[in-house]
Amino acid sequence: MRFVKSTIHQPTPAAAGAGAGAAAPTPAPAQPEERVLTFGDVFGRDAGGLIVLLVLFGGMTLASTEFLTADNMANLARQVAVFGIIAVGQLLVILTAGIDLSVGSVLGLTGCIAAELLVHGTGIVPAILIAMVAGAAIGVFNGSLVAYGKLPPFIVTLGMLGIARGAVLVLTDASTVQPLPDAFGNIANGDFLGLPNLLWMFIVVVVIASFVLRRTVFGRYVYAVGSNPESARLAGVPVTRVLVAVYAISGLLAAVGGVLFTSRLNAGVPTAGTGYELNAIAACVIGGASLFGAKGGAFGAAAGALIVGVLNNGGNLLAINSFYLQIIIGALILAAVAFDQWQGRRARGS
Amino acid sequence: MGATTTEREAAVRTEAPVVQLRDAAKAYGPIQALAGVTFELRAGEVMCLAGENGAGKSTLIKILTGAIRRDSGEYLIDGEDIGTPSPAQARAAGIGVVYQELSLLPDLSVGENLLMGQLPARRGITRPAELRRQAKAMLDRVGLDWLDPGTEVATLSLATQQLVEIAKVLGASPRVLIFDEPTTALSESETKALLARIHQLRDEGHAVMYVTHHLEEMFEIGDRVTVLRDGGLVTSKPMSDFDQDSLIASMVGRKIESLYPASSRTIGEPRLKVRGLRPAGAVAPIDFEVRAGEIVGIAGLLGSGRSELLRAIFGADPVEAGDIEIDGERVRPGDARRAVQAGLGLLTEDRKQLGLLLELSIRENASIAHLDEISRFWVVDRKRERSIVDQYLGGLKLRAGSWEQPVSSLSGGNQQKVLLARWLATKAKVLMFDEPTKGVDVGAKAEIYKVIGDLAAEGLGVVVVSSYLPEVLGLADRVLVMREGAVAGELPAQGATEEDVLHLASTPSSASSDTSGADGAAS
Repeated sequence: MRFVKSTIHQPTPAAAGAGAGAAAPTPAPAQPEERVLTFGDVFGRDAGGLIVLLVLFGGMTLASTEFLTADNMANLARQVAVFGIIAVGQLLVILTAGIDLSVGSVLGLTGCIAAELLVHGTGIVPAILIAMVAGAAIGVFNGSLVAYGKLPPFIVTLGMLGIARGAVLVLTDASTVQPLPDAFGNIANGDFLGLPNLLWMFIVVVVIASFVLRRTVFGRYVYAVGSNPESARLAGVPVTRVLVAVYAISGLLAAVGGVLFTSRLNAGVPTAGTGYELNAIAACVIGGASLFGAKGGAFGAAAGALIVGVLNNGGNLLAINSFYLQIIIGALILAAVAFDQWQGRRARGS
Repeated sequence: MGATTTEREAAVRTEAPVVQLRDAAKAYGPIQALAGVTFELRAGEVMCLAGENGAGKSTLIKILTGAIRRDSGEYLIDGEDIGTPSPAQARAAGIGVVYQELSLLPDLSVGENLLMGQLPARRGITRPAELRRQAKAMLDRVGLDWLDPGTEVATLSLATQQLVEIAKVLGASPRVLIFDEPTTALSESETKALLARIHQLRDEGHAVMYVTHHLEEMFEIGDRVTVLRDGGLVTSKPMSDFDQDSLIASMVGRKIESLYPASSRTIGEPRLKVRGLRPAGAVAPIDFEVRAGEIVGIAGLLGSGRSELLRAIFGADPVEAGDIEIDGERVRPGDARRAVQAGLGLLTEDRKQLGLLLELSIRENASIAHLDEISRFWVVDRKRERSIVDQYLGGLKLRAGSWEQPVSSLSGGNQQKVLLARWLATKAKVLMFDEPTKGVDVGAKAEIYKVIGDLAAEGLGVVVVSSYLPEVLGLADRVLVMREGAVAGELPAQGATEEDVLHLASTPSSASSDTSGADGAAS
């Protein structure tokens, strides 16, 4: 196939000769390479998860008449958005071959910080900003211990998982924080252009993250650090700053998730986000990310989150026992990783 | 000596071959890695396997050891067809391999490593005394009687680890020993000791197959040489039928006129100045400069601080003191990012660990060091990226289907070109090469030398570290010789001999006062 392509683009001597005699025609610009646009070109490093998602979507639509309805879609979006946003943050960390186990606890803590501020009369915007700064600050702390302290990310964020959860229980005395202003509740429960706000937020986060990863210098550095931090450093990549940044972004997105979670319930729940870190990791892995770093993309993580969401949602509609759903999601993680390994082996073998 | 050698050769020739391979072939997808290769190996001889990278040497070894299945052909041991053996079956049939990359487990003891897989145990509980006894006996066979089997492997020198590896292979009582580039990480004297050990193993009646890129070693140790080219057998003749030139010609299939580029360069202003640099742990400060158009070679024994010096200049490791200037501008030492921005480039010895980003594409690997220059508001200008990558990789004649394929799919020589393009794209002013031709075959070597020569001719300052002395002397204008972390002396490359360099590199420090001169007096 490559052979055919190259012969097509060989400029023929006849054409070149004709051009020389004409009244100085501007040389034809180099023709862009003609090729079939594949799915992989559009979604780059994260095409696999999207295919699974489409198949699952089609299957569910056939299996249940209630699945593809506006109500159910809005429902699905609300269920998925919060942990999908966290999964995107988690993805950045995973791309550097790290892991952030603290996102669930940070979600709980920042959500309750926002709630406490609101209860004590702070304005909505300052409350949200303070919660987000708190999330980012926790991320900077994690990232600094990893990048400068050279501690293993697993341990650092495991510690933070406990610290943040303990802190929120102390802060709230383990009780729900309410009542919150209605205007705050509208953020996560309102609609915009017929779609739930939560879905919009999710889309915005995924699109921005995808752009950052694929088009910016920072994004390229993230993959480089995940591939081999020492090689990256010797190529002039500011490895420590990149590491701090990804944990900070993960913390920030956890805080966004915390604010949205609190807004959706219109109450600060101290146990919010428990176990979300594992869901976020699952979403990334199902979406094609490798825990060894440098593999995966934002659309993949989003697809992974949606796959888990659709399975849960569809399972409910089809009245499948939720215990079985846990088994299915677990098996899906194994299948995703096994597929990845198999593909990697095949690529190396050829 | 000559008489005994011919006697022995005559005796070997009459013996039945231990290993025979007839018409062996192996293809990886569309690539025919090995085609119709027939050869035999006799007890009591050292057969060298020669060929460029990609000639099929590793494929041949892997077929012998059972690591891969051949597509066709026969494999006989002691005249008996053994089919397609698994690695365990090949081992049981008497094939032992010492690989280029050591297979020892660094955190375990020497004894545990030697007996791994067959640890002496009773009901699953190990017997330390028995382990010691057996390990000791194995170490004695390779002359490591001084080594305590309880020593952790990571604390040993590479040469000792290599011997432990050999002891481990010998533990399975193999009759065929295959050495796959065993001297890559060894110094000159260690190499000599290893070659002597291999001679001894041969005289004990082992059949030895020896693979190396160093032609000198082949002539020193080989009784016979089998040459492969492009997966096919070229010839298999007694070593004495060849000299270096004819062996190279037979390996590459053409005559290489001159390995090293002509040095008709004009040398200009200093581009890199190093003043009083002390890499962590260095005994004396180091001063030197590299001028535009100049190639400075750095020689020295293994562990003399050559690579450490490069890493210190580049800022890869923290330094204790010192000044570095590039084109008259000071660069803060100890910060690789600043060094890159100032126009320094370092091609490391270990491409896989310290150079390439294996998961990323060729394009991404080539552009990673100059993303800042081709981006606006942090967004990479992909058009410019592609055109710059085209320009530099195209200029280096890199053969690849597409810049988007993973860099891990390239051969060693081509990976080296990607790294070179990375630094060319940064418009580097000074390029430092650490063992630029390690693991690179003869044909690609000449190409790399030519690129280095061209770069210097364009006005870059070039520093080349190499443990291969002919390379340093052939390539450089000036040679710095290092010893024990300090500069022991400097020689003009023209007229200097390998003996001169070795003399400087290995003379004990008491005699250094006459050679280190003014540099030493500064401290």
